Amino acid sequence: MESSVTYENDLNLKATELRLGPPGTEEEKSVPAPAAVRTHKRPLNETSEECTSKGSNAKHGAAPPPKAKIVGWPPIRSYRKNSLQENEGAGTYVKVSMDGAPYLRKIDLRVYGAYTQLLKALENMFKLTIGEYSEKEGYKGSEYAPTYEDKDGDWMLVGDVPWDMFVTSCKRLRIMKGSEARGLGCGV
Amino acid sequence: MREREREREREEVSESSSSKSRGGSCTEGLENVLENVLENVLNFLTSRRDRNAASLVCRSWYRAEALTRSDLFIGNCYALSPRRATARFTRLKSLTVKGKPRFADFDLMPPDWGAHFAPWASALAQAYPWLEKLHLKRMSLTDHDLSLLADSFAGFRELLLVCCEGFGTPGLAAVASKCRLLRVLELVESVVEVEDDEVVDWISSFPDTQTTLESLVFDCVECPINFDALEALVARSPSLTKLRLNRYVSLPQLYRLMLRAPQLTHLGTGSFSSTEAAAVSDQDPGYAAAFEACRSLVCLSGFREIWVDYLPAIYPVCANLTSLNLSYADVNAHQLKSVIRHCHKLQTLWVLDSICDEGLQAVAATCKDLRELRVFPVVAREETEGPVSEVGFEAISQGCRKLESILFFCQRMTNAAVVAMSKNCPDLVVFRLCIIGRYRPDPVTLEPMDEGFGAIVMNCKKLTRLAVSGLLTDRAFEYIGKYGKLVRTLSVAFNGDTDLGLKYVLEGCPNLQKLEIRDSPFGDVALRSGLHHYYNMRFLWMSTCKLTRQACQEVARALPRLVLEVINSDENAGDDIQTLYMYRSLDGPRRDAPRVVTILH
Repeated sequence: MESSVTYENDLNLKATELRLGPPGTEEEKSVPAPAAVRTHKRPLNETSEECTSKGSNAKHGAAPPPKAKIVGWPPIRSYRKNSLQENEGAGTYVKVSMDGAPYLRKIDLRVYGAYTQLLKALENMFKLTIGEYSEKEGYKGSEYAPTYEDKDGDWMLVGDVPWDMFVTSCKRLRIMKGSEARGLGCGV
Repeated sequence: MREREREREREEVSESSSSKSRGGSCTEGLENVLENVLENVLNFLTSRRDRNAASLVCRSWYRAEALTRSDLFIGNCYALSPRRATARFTRLKSLTVKGKPRFADFDLMPPDWGAHFAPWASALAQAYPWLEKLHLKRMSLTDHDLSLLADSFAGFRELLLVCCEGFGTPGLAAVASKCRLLRVLELVESVVEVEDDEVVDWISSFPDTQTTLESLVFDCVECPINFDALEALVARSPSLTKLRLNRYVSLPQLYRLMLRAPQLTHLGTGSFSSTEAAAVSDQDPGYAAAFEACRSLVCLSGFREIWVDYLPAIYPVCANLTSLNLSYADVNAHQLKSVIRHCHKLQTLWVLDSICDEGLQAVAATCKDLRELRVFPVVAREETEGPVSEVGFEAISQGCRKLESILFFCQRMTNAAVVAMSKNCPDLVVFRLCIIGRYRPDPVTLEPMDEGFGAIVMNCKKLTRLAVSGLLTDRAFEYIGKYGKLVRTLSVAFNGDTDLGLKYVLEGCPNLQKLEIRDSPFGDVALRSGLHHYYNMRFLWMSTCKLTRQACQEVARALPRLVLEVINSDENAGDDIQTLYMYRSLDGPRRDAPRVVTILH
């Protein structure tokens, strides 16, 4: 067993493996600590897709490829599907509000690959500076801090969790005044 | 008005009969008297099945029944021509027409397939000037059709459009403005055309005077409405008890409406969020108080873009709720629990699986009177695990013993849990389990799901509607054929092994009316085994199965009153059939089929 593991590492199969997604994104990461604590959470989409292909092939040889798109399956009316803004590659649109602005904007999170890109886009959109994120101090020194509402309904500081996790759990964004945001990070 | 009409008719009949009897036999007069008596008696028959039976007794009963039927139900708009319906039933007040089969909802049918209401609209306009109620499901109707209705029926009272499409706000405006006695306008899961330049302010089209509106349902209309006009409309509609708003109505606006209409019994809350980028906790004008003031509220829905922090506003009404629809609200277990623990009287609950097994356990603990449960998936994709599973399913079966109807989407289910439900909930009439992962066996035993579904048909003796899923062999269908004697609707997708499966069902289920099958290995032998029963069915749908054109042709020849529509998406398919949609018809094949449809004969 050990020898085969070494063999795999020597060949560095991972580097030549065909994947979906831009190079440099680490997809096969272990589930981060926060997710493990939430007992009833679904696993991340990426890991679960891989599990599907392994699992179904092991149990039932006739299982179709996991990513195949089947028309009309599962049997849910498109009306209902559209209402839930499902992340089916058509984009993950979330509303962005800013304190003091009269109307909201909407952005597609899937367009960005990382936090830096998202923050830059927000800065451009609202004509402001957000500044640097640090784990300890959030967005210290900036006039504004980006926050988001996650699937549990909690308001979080943008940047605390890994990007992929953020994309799947972010429901809406709110750009707060920096002074208000300083209390975040410990939970609202 | 009807009474006077009938009085007049009776007089005419007796006059003519007495003039006849002076010259002819007096048995004719007696017959007419008996017919009148029969009509009076038949007036008390409301069930359409009873009426259908009565109409078959003899010609005189047939006539009398036709004269006294006021409510006509047509399950398939292509089963007969509008002319046949209007010729037989001359005194209708109410009509229900259903069009496309259910699988059309899942994009399995070409968009222009048919079910056009236009020919019905013109026939009805001529035949029934006193029509009061129209209920359409899965029909295609235009603004022109709606205008025609509005112009033709002075006493029109109720319009229900379920899963319809093809019309827009101009049609709604026509109905609103011209149907002065309108009591019910309900648009349910219908697609309303909302191209920007043609959007009409239909809410403002209602008359300025006090209205007779009792129910206004427009939660599916995907465009903003004139809120001030709506508020004024609600204010001058004292009989309004049912109001379901669309997602363009915000929480502050909902608040204003609720203050105007505390008599509401059914409320669809619209977006249940605010467009203002305000901090979450301030500016609350007392939403809970508004809910509390609606003392008659029993049915709550909406929550289209819910701000969960405001969910506690509904606590005051929970104790009285019999129906709660949170199926557009991504609510977690904790949030659901805070609501559901008050809902002791709940009978109908629609939720998303975001509530997890934990949420289902909470439902099971409190809602002892639950009759109908629907659990929809947030993630509409095959995954290995999901937030709900056999754990929550079994908990529901333990806690909600009066369950009659369940629709449950999940990624995994065990036979044991399904067997448990079959024993705990013997009153089940509708059992629809959708394991989203296709071909999934029981994850614990690795067996097919045959035994679970077998237990359902065996133990739930009142079962009339069944939808199966997961890995199933012919055995499951053997059970259905053997025990599912009352089953009327059966839905099959990605299941089965051989023709035997379908054969068991067609030979064993005498009450089968609607059979919809997709992506299952049933072929010509199975199709032939149902020849004895197809005239008793409303329809058979088979897509991506193993049928050949030749076998379908044979069926078409053997049963001339059947219409076999072959819908092939691929021109090079050869003898293999992509989709067969088959139904009985009294008036032969339709003439409005699009090019992709071939009708065999």
